Amino acid sequence: MTEKNCFHCGDSCQNEIVNFDDKLFCCHGCKTVYEIFYENDLGSYYDLQSTPGATPKDIVGKYEFLEQPNIIEKLTEFNDGSIQIVTLYIPHIHCSSCIWILENLSKLNPNINASQVNFGKKQVRVTYKTSNCSLKDVVLLLSSIGYEPYISLEDYKTGKTTINRSLVYKVAIAGFAFGNVMFLSFPEYFEVGEFWLEQYKHLFRWLMFFFSLPVVFYAGWDYFISAYKGLRSKILNIDVPIALGIAVLFIRSSVEIILNIGSGFFDSLTGLVFFLLLGKFFQQKTYQFLSFERDYKSYFPIAVTKIDAEGKESPIQVYDIQKGDRLLIRNEELIPVDGILMYGNASIDYSFVTGESETVIKNSGDKLFAGGKQTTGVIEVEVLHTVEQSYLTQLWSNDVFNQTEAKSFTTLTNVISKRFTIGVLSIAIISTAYWLLVDASKALNVFTSVLIIACPCAIALAAPFTLGNVLSIFGKLKFYLKNATVIEQLASIDTLIFDKTGTITSSLKNKVVYEGETLSNSEEILLKNTLRGSNHPLSRSLYNLLDTHNIVTLNHFEEHLGYGIEARYLNNSIKVGSSKFVGKMETSTVLDTSVFISANNQYKGKFVFHSSYRKGLSKLFNKLKKHFDLVILSGDNEGERDNLKRLLPSKTKLIFNQKPNDKLEYIKYHQSEGAKVLMMGDGLNDAGALAQSDVGIALSENVNVFSPACDAILEASKFNKLYDYIKASKAAIKIIKWSFLLSLLYNSIGLYYAVTGQLAPVIAAILMPLSSISVVVFTTISTNWYCRKLK
Amino acid sequence: MSAIYILLTISVVVAVLFFTVFIIAVKKGQYDDSYTPSVRMLFEDELVKDQTKLTVKPKKTN
Repeated sequence: MTEKNCFHCGDSCQNEIVNFDDKLFCCHGCKTVYEIFYENDLGSYYDLQSTPGATPKDIVGKYEFLEQPNIIEKLTEFNDGSIQIVTLYIPHIHCSSCIWILENLSKLNPNINASQVNFGKKQVRVTYKTSNCSLKDVVLLLSSIGYEPYISLEDYKTGKTTINRSLVYKVAIAGFAFGNVMFLSFPEYFEVGEFWLEQYKHLFRWLMFFFSLPVVFYAGWDYFISAYKGLRSKILNIDVPIALGIAVLFIRSSVEIILNIGSGFFDSLTGLVFFLLLGKFFQQKTYQFLSFERDYKSYFPIAVTKIDAEGKESPIQVYDIQKGDRLLIRNEELIPVDGILMYGNASIDYSFVTGESETVIKNSGDKLFAGGKQTTGVIEVEVLHTVEQSYLTQLWSNDVFNQTEAKSFTTLTNVISKRFTIGVLSIAIISTAYWLLVDASKALNVFTSVLIIACPCAIALAAPFTLGNVLSIFGKLKFYLKNATVIEQLASIDTLIFDKTGTITSSLKNKVVYEGETLSNSEEILLKNTLRGSNHPLSRSLYNLLDTHNIVTLNHFEEHLGYGIEARYLNNSIKVGSSKFVGKMETSTVLDTSVFISANNQYKGKFVFHSSYRKGLSKLFNKLKKHFDLVILSGDNEGERDNLKRLLPSKTKLIFNQKPNDKLEYIKYHQSEGAKVLMMGDGLNDAGALAQSDVGIALSENVNVFSPACDAILEASKFNKLYDYIKASKAAIKIIKWSFLLSLLYNSIGLYYAVTGQLAPVIAAILMPLSSISVVVFTTISTNWYCRKLK
Repeated sequence: MSAIYILLTISVVVAVLFFTVFIIAVKKGQYDDSYTPSVRMLFEDELVKDQTKLTVKPKKTN
């Protein structure tokens, strides 16, 4: 049997093959999308990129709520009655074909005026006429061509987010002023008493003065604010000497040109601010396609279907759901509140919550928790708690999520700056005192010179450039950090805590062991063919693990939702599914997941699924055990305890049956004992722990899908490199320390001129950029050299 | 003698002009998405090619 791949989505055609227009499709959904595109002359979709599409999902009734005016009002960014503009997040956007088709939406629906894609953010901005088209029509059109937008509770909020571009403006202004001031001050560097120069130098000086005004009072103003805040809370942060330097530079230069005694230091002043802001800009690398701030709102739907007393269905906004309401949850819909299953076969996928991809079967009367996704058919649920009071969402009422400021963390730069500031101030005072005795006229000159030359430009640049560079190197290696401070925190970690399911176990592959009577060849063929027809995740993984056999057409096939599959071929019948379904009355004490098999009504055996651990897990833990305390904190039962004990170093602590809040408290307790904790998790149930820990890393199989709020996102394939990343962070800290030394060297050269009262503007103008540039070059080269080994 | 005043004024005005244009461009969000325009630029051709393909096809059969 040769594998045939779908022309539209690229999946292998396993269940059925649809032949159309000489092309193969894996299902009718894919074929329909192909037809839509060809009928509308959009066939180049398949030329730009092969198999770019996604199978459209069944969405009947899912978007009824988009007809409600108040929801439309919240979702659209522009609405004047005849034209609406909406920005939709579409996770499937991944290639140039996607951009092309989405920007040609107007060909599919003439009421759409324009559509524009932002590839980085995976968003499409659609403008449409409301006379013949509605938001619902747009969403349904997108869904029908396989680009289903993701509309979550997070989109349902008032006030549009504005992008803060002020740093760009500031860098631009500082750079602009720096360039112009350099031009204007250049003639005076050579101090030639030339006629024309003498004639116009006042004009030049005043121009420089005006250029530096926006630099001091706009671009560099943040340093004054930050220094003031630092002083008020009695911290000598790095911005104190910087603000002092800027102020002294500006005042002395202004006084010099007003009294006509010199050309001032406007070149150094603007250069200083420009370089400092460049450092800030460089450090501020952001990953557009990632979000580190997600909470349950990004997962939950805006509205679900409510069934009222007369049995009428109507959409209801999630926040309006009351206790006792009856909700209708369709296939592939998320359950937004805790409730009791009243009707239907529930097969709930809690992978958002726990990281466990296997579905859980529930019977009517069972309690369902918010955050689960229904995977088979329609169910009805009676509400037990409102959204905010549900089991999972309660977690977000914890204080950890209400801290507005980042966790108080003193960066290395601020530690150094305290001593540095005290040192500089004492040198300034001692040298001024000396000159007051020797030559009082020079005293003020020396005092200001010391403060100017000691302005810690290079020190302030060392950390941003080192960390910014490491940040982008990590990004290339699929380890995405929220900001540069995370690197410093990562370097100080001493305790590592891991979630189990989905974090140290892989959700992709499952290990299967068969226990029971050996199956005959004909039974194996039958089993394989039976599984072929089922879409249940367990059937799919079992199907992929079995040897390939001939395809036979079954005489009888029936899937009993939540129980199992029954099939017959010639004289043989087979049952695959739960123990009860197969007829094996086993009071199971084993905590593993099993699939039971019976042939011709006779129990044969079972396939036991073991969670398989990530590659390189024990190797990683053995490397880590020398340097860190290791803990496994799992929400699951103890079924895997013995397995884990065998795999992991003996000193690893194993703690099971932890509720989301228990995990958070566990970390809090260890932090109160002075531990610096790194938490690694993946599901929403780890969200509290990730927020509480010093460094919270979310492990993700696919970084484009959602992950809870965290400090860093690590791609699952790089899990075994964790130790290398921590080592690299430590190296980065060492590099910063070395560059501090380097910049101190420059400072002491400058101080020699300053203390002896010989500081000319040209020396300051040379030393300042030279020290900054050499620090930048040093940090860039050394971080690159070190991180070379990472790959 | 006053030439330098004129030249200085012109140079500063031109510099400020370009600077303002840059700021306006940033403000309008032109630098927010640096990837999609590079792809989009090539698409105009794709669409034309698609149409010509359709018109070319019948000729081939002739």
